[in-house]
Amino acid sequence: MAYRTKLGRLDCYEKGEIVLEDDLRKYAFSNIFEVAGASAPFERVAVVQNLDYVAEVVRSEGTSPWYAAPHDEFAIVMDGEVTFQFIKLEADQVPSHEGGALRLGGEPNGPRMGLVGARRGHQVLLPHGAAYRLVSEQPSVALIQTVEGPETVKRWTDICELGGETAQ
Amino acid sequence: MTVLDHTITRVSVDEVTGYTSFKLGSFEFRRDEYFAHITWPKGSHIIEIDRFLRAMVRDIGWGFFYGWIFFDDVFGTTNHYGTVDVFAGSYDRGCKEAGIDFLETFSAQAVSEAFEAISRDWISNGYDPLNAPLETGTPIGPKGEERTDPLLRAFIAADRMLGLEGDKPVRSDETGHPVNRAFADLTFDTPDIVCEHGFEGQLHAINLFDHIARSDVTWNPSISAVTRANICCVTSEEHMLPVIHGNDRNEWFIQLSDEIHWQIADKNSGQPRGRIVMKAGDVCAMPADIRHQGFAPKRAMLMVLENGTPGLEARYASGELKPYPVDFG
Repeated sequence: MAYRTKLGRLDCYEKGEIVLEDDLRKYAFSNIFEVAGASAPFERVAVVQNLDYVAEVVRSEGTSPWYAAPHDEFAIVMDGEVTFQFIKLEADQVPSHEGGALRLGGEPNGPRMGLVGARRGHQVLLPHGAAYRLVSEQPSVALIQTVEGPETVKRWTDICELGGETAQ
Repeated sequence: MTVLDHTITRVSVDEVTGYTSFKLGSFEFRRDEYFAHITWPKGSHIIEIDRFLRAMVRDIGWGFFYGWIFFDDVFGTTNHYGTVDVFAGSYDRGCKEAGIDFLETFSAQAVSEAFEAISRDWISNGYDPLNAPLETGTPIGPKGEERTDPLLRAFIAADRMLGLEGDKPVRSDETGHPVNRAFADLTFDTPDIVCEHGFEGQLHAINLFDHIARSDVTWNPSISAVTRANICCVTSEEHMLPVIHGNDRNEWFIQLSDEIHWQIADKNSGQPRGRIVMKAGDVCAMPADIRHQGFAPKRAMLMVLENGTPGLEARYASGELKPYPVDFG
């Protein structure tokens, strides 16, 4: 028997459904591609929050600002292609805020470490101690596992199923 | 909470089926050709044997996981991280009202050894409860030839990220993990990693979908990446989750491919609340006050984000933390 695996894309996805006798806000049901489709390039929109921790959907289109975090982050490319470029930071350049990605004012001084070209299904380490930026020629989608930080955008009412029509 | 200092004992061997019956504390476990039978001082219960064994090996393999593992609506375990409750009817309204609910607490090691002894005796060669039903034989019938390979394939837990030097490896042909038949239509490439001189080995990426597609077990997550106490687990799911999970904290599901249907019920009473169908790209929280069971018509890729902060279960249990994750303001 030949199976056909269904994957979502920014321009083609099918959303599931949530039918509960409960407050749907407790489940915060959303869709990564729907969120990315309504986001500005490189907005980091939380779709997961577990106390301090979040997962952010990023629509990668063009060249992002440089970011750095005081901990490891991980990106999974869900659609398209994203090139992650890295610059090594000196110890005193590493952000000391509590957590999450911090947008840097410009390209940091430091040696270039290299790059990772990632496509759908690839998981990329965004290591502590490095600054990174995302580059995509075509609109692409990444999901970033991180800590809530200054770049985290929360639009729960807009992105989540609340019963009836989706607010977005 | 009284922790019983009991370990598993063998009661007898059935002359007809060849299976051993066991006793742990006040619970007795017996199987016949079709069913597991559980008895306790105030009652008894019957579970179809395939479901019982699929639940039991996962419960051991997960180290009793987070919170409640219901083998079905009546029987299961609760993890207290060092001790484990074994219960019957404690979270079933009917059993509670009839007064036949029963619960005993043991050391986690005693329950693990007990479940391993039962599984080892009740699983014969040709049947692997970690495989999808289409990929293994049946547990039905009398005792057969003894399995000699390990019953459990351990929960793979990356320390930082899969594939990093010194960390757990990603699955590949070389590790003995071919791509599963259900993902044979996909093509898998590798990320392009270009390191400048002096930074060799400091950049890292993997094909996570390829790793998941090569899983030889179902409903058995492995950890792929860790941010502080935030744990990214990935798993391939086919047929039905053989337990009903009631978490002691909030967790999140991210559907990476295909679809999974989830039945949702109240954690304490089992009262149904409804259903959720997740398709590729969908994200959904599983609140801490529910129990859930998944059904995957076709093998699907699922990512689960867990908060492994120690002591979190007590903060949810006390009411300090709300049983749902997002404040909509």
